[in-house]
Amino acid sequence: MTPATLLVTVFFFVPALILFILSLTDLASSNFSEPWHFIGLLNYQRMFSDRFFPKILGNTIRYVTLTLIFFNVGLALLLALLTSYINRRAGFFFRMLWLLPRITPSVVYIVMWRRMVQQAPFGIINQFLGWFGLSQQPHLLNEHPWLFVILANGFVGASFGMLIFSSAIESIPKDLFTAAKVDGASTLQIIRDITLPMLRWPLLFVTSYQTLSLLVSFEYILLLTNGGPGLFTTEVWALTSYKRALSTYFGTNQWGYGAAWGLVLVVIAITASVIYLRVFRFDDLVQEPKIDVL
Amino acid sequence: MKVELTNLTKRWGDVVGAEGIDLSTKDGEFVAFLGPSGCGKTTTLLMIAGIYKPTVGEILFDDRVVNTVPPKDRNIGMVFQSYALYPHMTVFQNIGYPLKLQKVPKDELQKHVQRVADMMGIGHLMDRKPAQLSGGQQQRVALGRALIKEPQLLLFDEPLSNLDARLRLSMRSEIKRLQMDLGITSIYVTHDQIEAMTMADRVAVMKDGHLQAFAPPDELYDHPKTLFIAGFVGNPPMNFIEVEVKQENGSYQVLGPGIHLDLPADRGEKVARSSKVIMGIRPEDISLADTGVKGEVYLIEPLGRDDLLDVRIGETAVRVLADPALGVRMRDTVTLHFNTDTAQLFDPDTEQSLLW
Repeated sequence: MTPATLLVTVFFFVPALILFILSLTDLASSNFSEPWHFIGLLNYQRMFSDRFFPKILGNTIRYVTLTLIFFNVGLALLLALLTSYINRRAGFFFRMLWLLPRITPSVVYIVMWRRMVQQAPFGIINQFLGWFGLSQQPHLLNEHPWLFVILANGFVGASFGMLIFSSAIESIPKDLFTAAKVDGASTLQIIRDITLPMLRWPLLFVTSYQTLSLLVSFEYILLLTNGGPGLFTTEVWALTSYKRALSTYFGTNQWGYGAAWGLVLVVIAITASVIYLRVFRFDDLVQEPKIDVL
Repeated sequence: MKVELTNLTKRWGDVVGAEGIDLSTKDGEFVAFLGPSGCGKTTTLLMIAGIYKPTVGEILFDDRVVNTVPPKDRNIGMVFQSYALYPHMTVFQNIGYPLKLQKVPKDELQKHVQRVADMMGIGHLMDRKPAQLSGGQQQRVALGRALIKEPQLLLFDEPLSNLDARLRLSMRSEIKRLQMDLGITSIYVTHDQIEAMTMADRVAVMKDGHLQAFAPPDELYDHPKTLFIAGFVGNPPMNFIEVEVKQENGSYQVLGPGIHLDLPADRGEKVARSSKVIMGIRPEDISLADTGVKGEVYLIEPLGRDDLLDVRIGETAVRVLADPALGVRMRDTVTLHFNTDTAQLFDPDTEQSLLW
């Protein structure tokens, strides 16, 4: 057995199997002292017939898609391109700066966001708006919860792609850019015709990796809105799974039911990965070159 | 198109890329920039291409100053050592890219690309990606891409350095032939003096960012202006021997350790005032003879047509080309005849030629 197989087995297949078995039981803190039972697919039935299931599914799709497109890939690519066209040192410094939120503890980072969006004398954004005559603004988080959920996640998420993309741009041979300039290409044409096509591999990597990490991430949402305001407004799949399985509120842990949510998320993630590999034609990317003589 | 460089200089802070280059080419001329790595030849080329902006000086295309003209508006074609083909594009797309940028209609582009590809002998490889081509094929694609927009100036940046020896030879003559047929002014950067000598109408020899000489190949070979040129041009390289020149009874003598030679009067006159000089003499101007300077054969390198002998005259080593039929062996004592009619003489301090 190769090391890779061993690692995947121990850290993926075995946990997934345990998760699956767990999802077939009625294990919960309410009946913890009693013997637990296999209840078949009852947890899944309950999940799919949940009144808020469509809402949570929609939220998850919205959260992952918007954050991914606008920030984790979109903004990341934009930042990488911009920082590679400015002075090398300035670009390096800017990228370092952008990494700060990532190394800030989640709680501190979210507390900063919460301070920013509060009402007028406390909230920083509203103070600024006040200078422009917009003094009586409501609590921004309650008004636009999705905007701030995506902003808070996106600002951190973009730094990963930014690093990957800028190092990929950096590794494109300089001669190619010189050749394109001599061939008559403008900067935008060079980006369109040379830089972006050569970023296909990092684009695939960042898109799939970030999709998966967004699918399972919930801590910023938990800290920022806790799925609110109101009922399930910003509640995503992973957050539901966490709340059902692990969040204790007078002994309401439902490990079996939470596991069902978790397992379906695993299936969604695998499906997404397969789709990405197809869309980016992964086979082409790793194809061996054919060389023959003159 | 004529290219003229006046006092062309590129500096990055204290680092000098090229300094005070003055040079002008004729229309349709093939010019080589020759020099060791770091001599500023590529820097100069990239300034002509418009990739670098000159710190000082001017670049003129047909009397028009182009210092601030972006590369895309200079109508140049360029070929790189790395080929610089776009790896994600096919051969067709690579060659057609300059035309695509000019928004040439599709069918016209198709015809054009096919014609250029056929001319380069790669018309059957249109759908391949660069990674599926051999080095020689890639270089042809690169040439095709440089030629397709019918540039007024072709720039070559060591285009043959990545090819194997045999292919380099055939591509060398192919490029030269192509340049002559098309009559496009060309600048060819190389560190290989044979390439420069065989291909170029005139060679610009560069060292440490300075232009040392700009002359036709035979001029560089016969009348090297500096010690550097003398040593760089010609293969195997010229021998340099520290000698003294003395005048006795109207004839001139060259004296060195174990060396005593006559010097023709036309050369002797020019060095009469400086006694210590560096004499340069090419391996092909030294021959084995019955009388002359005695030396010991230290090493023999068979080159096929000739043997290259490393002969030690006391502490001095000289390279000599000898006929293999003579059957010289290592550690033999041989007698050398120096043909001083073609000897070069240099000032040891300024390294300038005392003759030219």
